[in-house]
Amino acid sequence: MDHTKTFFLDGQEIPFKEGQTVFDAAMAAGVYIPHLCHNPDYEPHSSCRLCTVIVNGRPFAACTQPAVAGQMIQNDTPELREMRRTLTQMLFVEGNHYCPTCEKSGHCKLQATAYDLGLQDNHFPQFFPKREVDASHPDFVLDRDRCILCGHCVRVSRDVDRKCVFAMTHRGIKTEIVVDSPTGLLKDSRLTMEDEAANVCPVGALMPKRKGFQVPIGERPYDKAPIRVDSVKNFRIREERRHG
Amino acid sequence: MPHATVAPVQDAILPILQRYDRDPQNLLQILVEVQHALHCVPPEAVDLVADHLGATRAHVRGVVGFYAFLSDQYLGDFVIHLSDNITDRMLGNRELAEYLCSRLGVKLGKVRADGRVSVNFTSCTGMCDQGPAALVNGLPVTRLSRERIDRMVELITARTPVSAWPTEFFEVEDNFRRSDVLFRRPFEPGSAIQAAMLRGGDETLKDIQLEEALDPASGKLWKRGADETLKELYRSDLRGRGGAGFKAAIKWETCRDTAGGERYVVCNADEGEPGTFKDRVLLTSYADMVFEGMTVCGYVVGSGQGILYIRQEYWYLKPHLEAVLARRREAGLLGSNILGTGYAFDIDLHWGAGAYICGMESAMIESIEGRRGKPRKRWPLPVVAGVRKCPTVVNNVETFAAAGMIALKGGAWFAAHGTMHSTGTKLFCVSGDCERPGIYEYPFGVSVREILRDCGGSSAQAVQVSGPSGTTITRSEFDRVLAFEDLATVGTMMVLGPKRDMFELVENFSHFFQHESCGLCTPCRVGTSLLVNLVDKVACGKGSPMDLEEIQKLSHIMKTTAHCGLGQTAPNHLLDSLLKFRTVWDARMMTTEFEPAFDLDEALEEARQLSGRDDAEAHL
Amino acid sequence: MASKLKVATCSLAGCFGCHMSLLDIDERLLDLLEVVEFDRSPINDLKRIEGMVDLGLIEGGLCNAENVHVLRHFREHCRILVSVGECAVTGGVPSMRNHYTLRECLDEAYIRGVGVENAQIPSDPELPLLLDKLRPLHEVVRIDYYLPGCPPSAEAFWHFLTELIAGRDPSLPLQLLRYD
Repeated sequence: MDHTKTFFLDGQEIPFKEGQTVFDAAMAAGVYIPHLCHNPDYEPHSSCRLCTVIVNGRPFAACTQPAVAGQMIQNDTPELREMRRTLTQMLFVEGNHYCPTCEKSGHCKLQATAYDLGLQDNHFPQFFPKREVDASHPDFVLDRDRCILCGHCVRVSRDVDRKCVFAMTHRGIKTEIVVDSPTGLLKDSRLTMEDEAANVCPVGALMPKRKGFQVPIGERPYDKAPIRVDSVKNFRIREERRHG
Repeated sequence: MPHATVAPVQDAILPILQRYDRDPQNLLQILVEVQHALHCVPPEAVDLVADHLGATRAHVRGVVGFYAFLSDQYLGDFVIHLSDNITDRMLGNRELAEYLCSRLGVKLGKVRADGRVSVNFTSCTGMCDQGPAALVNGLPVTRLSRERIDRMVELITARTPVSAWPTEFFEVEDNFRRSDVLFRRPFEPGSAIQAAMLRGGDETLKDIQLEEALDPASGKLWKRGADETLKELYRSDLRGRGGAGFKAAIKWETCRDTAGGERYVVCNADEGEPGTFKDRVLLTSYADMVFEGMTVCGYVVGSGQGILYIRQEYWYLKPHLEAVLARRREAGLLGSNILGTGYAFDIDLHWGAGAYICGMESAMIESIEGRRGKPRKRWPLPVVAGVRKCPTVVNNVETFAAAGMIALKGGAWFAAHGTMHSTGTKLFCVSGDCERPGIYEYPFGVSVREILRDCGGSSAQAVQVSGPSGTTITRSEFDRVLAFEDLATVGTMMVLGPKRDMFELVENFSHFFQHESCGLCTPCRVGTSLLVNLVDKVACGKGSPMDLEEIQKLSHIMKTTAHCGLGQTAPNHLLDSLLKFRTVWDARMMTTEFEPAFDLDEALEEARQLSGRDDAEAHL
Repeated sequence: MASKLKVATCSLAGCFGCHMSLLDIDERLLDLLEVVEFDRSPINDLKRIEGMVDLGLIEGGLCNAENVHVLRHFREHCRILVSVGECAVTGGVPSMRNHYTLRECLDEAYIRGVGVENAQIPSDPELPLLLDKLRPLHEVVRIDYYLPGCPPSAEAFWHFLTELIAGRDPSLPLQLLRYD
């Protein structure tokens, strides 16, 4: 490449390739941008809004925003940190999250992101919604209490597994995951262990059975490295795998 | 409860599926028809539709769940939806709802045990100038009163089908109170298309037909007419009438110049902004003008397919619109050979099913493609990759009407009206506390005061401009002007008289946004609910100044981080109210200390009942 | 010598695990007692706070009327009130009952439960009535600080208390912040 285009992220010059998003360029350069609904393996869909950055004075979701040369972008500012904290609190109170009893603890992106943002409390009144738990499947459990509506299972089952096992129904605060099967139950769906969608949930909403404690608490990914370190590391491994 | 059984479900659905070619992209249209036929989309209908379309059940359930007018529960032989805009409230819809429910012996939101009838509230039905309004089996009933309700109850009790109800119940008036240059004279169908095709030359249509009919796409006259019409649109400086004010010519040109096979022209008649009803009037009395504007757009951008996406609340206009389209086809103004020139363009109707979010371009396109109406990613823009990922122009009903007139009369004529940055005229939907509610056409730049004077609303204490997502204007601001330079607006003007409690406005609006949030992004999905909880807390006298700070903080986060305009504008009315009508909030502050949002003593009620206790210790 | 900081603690709808964890600071308790003295607390079994204390630590959420009375008592008598542990901060495990109506819960416990004899829902006025839902503390009174964890580790307690006593921001650093 003769010359690389760059933008500025919190003053740091970040190189990017044409067509790359702000998120991808930042992560490749080792700068973490908090995110929950995005997984670099799949198409972004900018719904959690945690990756909101300020581009030339205007807010955009970094995961879908194309990088443009010379842009001045703010990411790790006290104000954005506060907003991300509030968004994370919103996710906690709209569902029923019980970290002490959750098998995903220590491997949960919601929890790890909350740690990263220094969340000490949920601030808002809890909604305590009544949501269905579907434990009908021999190999998986779908605990909607823990769902953050990131849409990973929906998108991956549709785009990667080509099965469309999951969809969203209702809207607004009543939005929830539905399972494609005659009974609406997971046991009658086409979900199998091999499905990528079965393993993509960033929280404990869709989990394999009997494996919850195979890795002991204390030795889980985010016990070993905070999410900002882990994410950047994984992003780079993935890039290397992709390009060579 | 009587339930649709399998056989009738099949009988009802198979012809619908047939009519829509079993095309999954027609899913929403199919479900709308099923809902009308069965007053619900029962599980067996979901299965049947999914099977025939090759879609998953989950997908179909997801679509049914998304739209307010689709229901998986049977809603009764008579389905009543009461419009619940603030203007309906101001006309006493809450009392009428109570009266209606008690007369019918039905609980709000529930179906009567015999399955006869249900009563629900719904977002504004676009009859604000003739409310309180309702929809009965999808048809609008205007000017509700106790007398009218008494008659309705009799008819329901006698099982009289809605088709046999008195026609005056369903009378919808245009109330076009003031017209200006755009709508003053009747529009002659075909005149704008002809003008567009001939623009820039001295040929006649006949010459075009002789010279270019065989290969219109490559014909010089053709291209010239389209190019010259686009220039006129540039000259007119027409800006989108949906409120955002994007320049129509730029949109059209971008669509034309973006590589792609098919192109689409979409007319946004979702008109969900509470207090807005101009599109209803345009489609009732100026449908030719609108369709003509779409056809001109198709001609300019090189599209063969137009889509009118229209809200479910205007279902009663279906026969009328279909008749206009049929007449235009017969007259050679739509179809495969428009005005004999070989240009092909036609328009389909796509019905919404109760979702404010679908007024947002990319959500509308999702809905057109038969999915949940959730907005797409910000990029690419619909003009580059819209319907079926093809370049798509989405414009408001009024924008197309104006574009048609610009094709006919030229850009300079249009630009001579209005202001420097807001050319032409604008329709205003005036409702609320005024003597003459209805539609008013003014050149841009008219002041709030002037409109209030003309509609007989000068005593107003405030005007809600551009609906709940817009701006609240107080008396001291009545000299502000309606134009993109000052108050940008879709045209909605809800007048609040001097005695109105301005707090009712925020209660109504905040619940509206909670109901209409699509649920995609965190700040809007959760934020709209948190705001409702805070407003309700203040409403019941438990609010403190801390809660007001909280509202401001949440509003800021929503405005900054929400994915689309809905979430970004949902807190506008709260911020305006806190700034301009602080006294109505302060009057509800009982304490400066923190108070729980819920009533602690009430939280013991269930336990009191279960234990049979009512001693002093059983209370908080 | 400056007068000692007065501290009160209690457990509402909790398991006393947070208190156990506080005791887990082991010999540092002695250091702590150099600078604080305990007012009402399960450690000394005092039932009321007399006058004002500097710091109140409350473990557990609110499940009944008595919890509310105690919480209000603490709020009135503590200059700084801290919500301690998962149950106090979010409702925690006891709030899992919020999935059910109170009737369902009491039916399960006192009517249909395995081995229940003389089935009846208790109505003795001595017993505090249950709230329809379990609530975290901050929904009922103003809370000054939160110390999350189930329980917060002894290290977290130590960090929190020493920072607070030193007049600094007692927020937990990343390595001490745990919700489980």
